[in-house]
Amino acid sequence: MEEHVVVIYPHPDDESFGAAGTMTEFRKQGVPVTYLCGTLGEMGRNMGSPIFANRETLPEIRKKELIEACNVLDVELKLLGYRDKTIEYEDINEVASHLKKILEDIKPSLVITHYPDHAVHPDHNALGAAAIEAVRLMDTDKRPKVWAQAITNNHVEMLGNPDIINDITEYFDIKMKAILSHSSQASGIIGQFRKDQDDVDEVAKARFSTEQFYTWNFEK
Amino acid sequence: MKPIEIDKIQDILNRFVDKDVYIHLETTNGAYASHINDKAYNVGAYIRNAKVRFNQAKIIKDGKIYRAGLKMEIGWIYAEGLSDWEIFENEKLLLAGHDRQGRLMVSLQLSETPFNY
Ligand SMILES: [Zn+2]
Repeated sequence: MEEHVVVIYPHPDDESFGAAGTMTEFRKQGVPVTYLCGTLGEMGRNMGSPIFANRETLPEIRKKELIEACNVLDVELKLLGYRDKTIEYEDINEVASHLKKILEDIKPSLVITHYPDHAVHPDHNALGAAAIEAVRLMDTDKRPKVWAQAITNNHVEMLGNPDIINDITEYFDIKMKAILSHSSQASGIIGQFRKDQDDVDEVAKARFSTEQFYTWNFEK
Repeated sequence: MKPIEIDKIQDILNRFVDKDVYIHLETTNGAYASHINDKAYNVGAYIRNAKVRFNQAKIIKDGKIYRAGLKMEIGWIYAEGLSDWEIFENEKLLLAGHDRQGRLMVSLQLSETPFNY
């Protein structure tokens, strides 16, 4: 059993789309889970449908949505304070040492983050790389395991099959509830499923039946 | 935000003329455009809290959308596709254009004090 799980993603809603079921499974086992959220998604373009946010109100709205989602998932939240779309321009060593300090304090047995270069959004790639660098910098006997999440369309082709495939069908309802907590964002993203299928629930269920990760190999 | 009322916006733009003004100017088609459709391109640009001064400002209607142009001493600021507006914190003029799903495509914002950063 894990002692403490830390999830490191850059945006409010990454945790719900990426790892809600996995986090719920850990919480059911009584394992503490902390979400380190990199930014407030300040530059997101979804403003709600119908529109209820604007460029200036979006950060506070997304912060409230994030707090709500973390309550649904029963996980602790820490904000890292970076700005949406800018993480790749930060000094990766500074971000890594920032994260390392937090990890040394929390002492997790497992870190979940994005797989660098296979996570589509530049913030995902940059924060994933910094998180992995943070763990690499830790003493080998204190290093947590890292599960890296790839979301590119061709990641299986490039990286092979993920070794961690969590069946989360049991937690589908809670995952949807967490996703829908992000009401300014969810309508736009759930809307994409609506393109050629009427039954959004069925499409979402198929799409959200597993959460997959690659155990990071620090030897390679 | 609400649909642009051209006379009101022209009035407000005039109030910013010949003053030091902070602008936020942005266009985006999202970070996932080429992920969702491999024939699409990710395109976006923004500038936030650039301090500028312009001596003329005009908003123009073209069908359902609006364009705004600000004439500076040695240059221009331009935004196309604007449809909605709002006054934020009593003094900041927010102009934006959204697609049918309510997603922001373009924004032009003016303020005499800096935007949060
Ligand atoms: Zn994200």
